[in-house]
Amino acid sequence: MTIPSPLLELDGVVAGYAAPVVGPVSLTLHHGEVVGLTGPNGSGKTTLVNAVIGTARVLEGRLQKAPGLRVNVQRQHPVRLPEMPFTGTDLLRLVDAGERPVPDSIRPFVERRIDRLSGGQYQLLQVWACLSAPADLVILDEPTTNMDPASKRSLEDLLRASHELVGSILVISHDHAFLERVTSRTARIAA
Amino acid sequence: MDTLFDPLFLTPFINGLLLAVVLALLGPYSRLRGEWLASLGVTQAAGAGLLLGAFIGGSATVGALAAAAFAAVAKTLLGRSGNDGYAVMLLVGWSTALLLAANTARGEDLSHALLEGQLYFTGTQQFWSILTLLVLVVLTITVLSRRLLLGCLLPDRVVGDRRPSARYDLLFDVLVAIGLALAATVVGVMAAFALVFIPAWVAFRVAGNWRSTLMWSLLLGSAAYTVSFALAIIFDQPYGPVLVAALLVVGSGRAIVRAGA
Repeated sequence: MTIPSPLLELDGVVAGYAAPVVGPVSLTLHHGEVVGLTGPNGSGKTTLVNAVIGTARVLEGRLQKAPGLRVNVQRQHPVRLPEMPFTGTDLLRLVDAGERPVPDSIRPFVERRIDRLSGGQYQLLQVWACLSAPADLVILDEPTTNMDPASKRSLEDLLRASHELVGSILVISHDHAFLERVTSRTARIAA
Repeated sequence: MDTLFDPLFLTPFINGLLLAVVLALLGPYSRLRGEWLASLGVTQAAGAGLLLGAFIGGSATVGALAAAAFAAVAKTLLGRSGNDGYAVMLLVGWSTALLLAANTARGEDLSHALLEGQLYFTGTQQFWSILTLLVLVVLTITVLSRRLLLGCLLPDRVVGDRRPSARYDLLFDVLVAIGLALAATVVGVMAAFALVFIPAWVAFRVAGNWRSTLMWSLLLGSAAYTVSFALAIIFDQPYGPVLVAALLVVGSGRAIVRAGA
């Protein structure tokens, strides 16, 4: 199914829970774009993600998603239970990653239990699970968390290699240099 | 030893084995969802329901099933309070069960039955109920497994405006409640809880992936059940406590794996 563009349109969106947390924010994502979103700590970037997936409220403005839009979100702090008897392969099978070849940066640990991976390895696996699963929009929330420079380079390679797999990617990060390297444009949220 | 192979024990043995399979299959999902305490709360509520059913002159089994279903719905409502809510459910069930036992004619017998289990007195009627439950659990897990796992591991997947639906969670909760209620009336409250908790607890430590977690849980639950069934008959002991003891021995394997890890 082809999703009409724009995939996501935010027009003066003020989002929050009982009270406003972020906004107003205006942003449009078209098919095929890799867009960055940055802002200082506490500016409400994650709340904006929550508004997109429906767990925070849009208090003002307009948030329009293309009909049938499939969204995968990689959280800054993905679910990490004390015991998770799953391998990376289990996780990729769960998200319908299909027959896409596992990237070299992930292959060495894809058969290990995910609760025995380092923070950076787990983050990289989670990003690939989001990118390789069927989706029209992938939102990566601070994907460089827990990553050393080598993992960051692997992440950049993943994003470049995945560009054509995913309709559009929204990368949220406070790492401006990283955003400059992997996105075509960056929007900024004020404090 | 001859007693062990008495045909009279065949149907009770099969009934218990099928229940062990049901609970050992539900256990890993329940553990992944962080709901092992909820299982104990639901089981205790089923025990109280059983006594309440007898107290008002109705069917004890229907009382147990109704109370467990009520507890499953209450669990959904208490979801945000987590373990605090489950602990309250457990204490309410325990207190109600003991008060009813103390104030009814059959209460004393039934409370003993809840502690020790009534496995040897089960027959063909229970067999069909348990077999139906097993088929229901296998079918439901086959259909729901992926959704339940995604809900735990990647809860932020969204299709259109829809996130993973809460109705799948409720369906699973009701299934667990029915399984525990039926098991509480057959093997006793604590043995039912132990069958959900311990095989999964060990499997989570030793298994290499999710498929082997399910296999380990089924294997350990069935093996502990079979050994305890034989031991209880050979040594003429109440079944429920022997099963719990056998499962605790199985559980010690987790500590060994941890020490060797």
